Amino acid sequence: MKISEIATLLNAELYTVNHDTMTDIKSACSADLMSDVMAFSKENALLLTGLINPQVIRTAEMMDMKAIIFVRGKKPQEAMIELAEEKRIALMSTHYPLFEASGRLYQSGIRGHGF
Amino acid sequence: MGQMIIRDFDIPANDFSVAGEASSTVRKLLSQLGVAPDRIKRTAIAMYEAEINAVIHGRGGKAHVEISGDKIIIEISDEGPGIEDLELAMQEGYSTATDSIREMGFGAGMGLPNIKKHADELVIKSEKDKGTVVTITVNF
Ligand SMILES: Nc1ncnc2c1ncn2[C@@H]1O[C@H](COP(=O)(O)OP(=O)(O)O)[C@@H](O)[C@H]1O
Ligand SMILES: [Mg+2]
Repeated sequence: MKISEIATLLNAELYTVNHDTMTDIKSACSADLMSDVMAFSKENALLLTGLINPQVIRTAEMMDMKAIIFVRGKKPQEAMIELAEEKRIALMSTHYPLFEASGRLYQSGIRGHGF
Repeated sequence: MGQMIIRDFDIPANDFSVAGEASSTVRKLLSQLGVAPDRIKRTAIAMYEAEINAVIHGRGGKAHVEISGDKIIIEISDEGPGIEDLELAMQEGYSTATDSIREMGFGAGMGLPNIKKHADELVIKSEKDKGTVVTITVNF
């Protein structure tokens, strides 16, 4: 799925412009603990999380992820948006909770790689 | 890449917002040098874990990076409290991180094992009350 299609599906607000609009996202990882993302996630292009701080963006960067969705309506601060723009990572915010957002993506064919 | 490339970074203490800057810069540099993506990812993960450790456990420190044609050597050093029992620290799940660190998304006790997994060579020298030096080598 394209980033814009994911945003539509999750009714999400998209905060960044400088990201790969054509990238085809096939897999995702949902976690609040960045330690777990670092240790267990493999080749996932999308991160769903309830955690909101700059290290979420850093973690996504190190893991070669293309997009981050903050769940439960959490909104990133300006500094985080700037950091994400610089790293060409898309930032989105959805009102769905983590389980619900993950389930909707799974239903649309997104899978998880890891463990 | 005939010549060795050397970079030095400060890792500020207690500034969680910039933790990862050094790893990010090295990641970008390796990409510009045309290093294979899976090698870059290994390097980035290992260095970021060590950098985060220096911030959250070591009161900040320094990173010294040497890149040659066939490998990268990363030395992350701090003058923090040191690791008393290295064997214990290397175990998955062992962590002395505080609740405030966990609230930031870290402190699962997976960092050192994760560095070991991604590095081709890992050497840790640590002395109680003196500090810690973590040396990571990734072959290209
Ligand atoms: N640079 C360091 N200085 C002091 N102690 C450290 C350092 N790095 C790691 N440690 C110790 O080793 C433990 C395990 O580290 P790690 O596996 O990265 O897990 P975590 O960082 O999640 O606690 C830490 O909780 C800490 O007690
Ligand atoms: Mg750690």
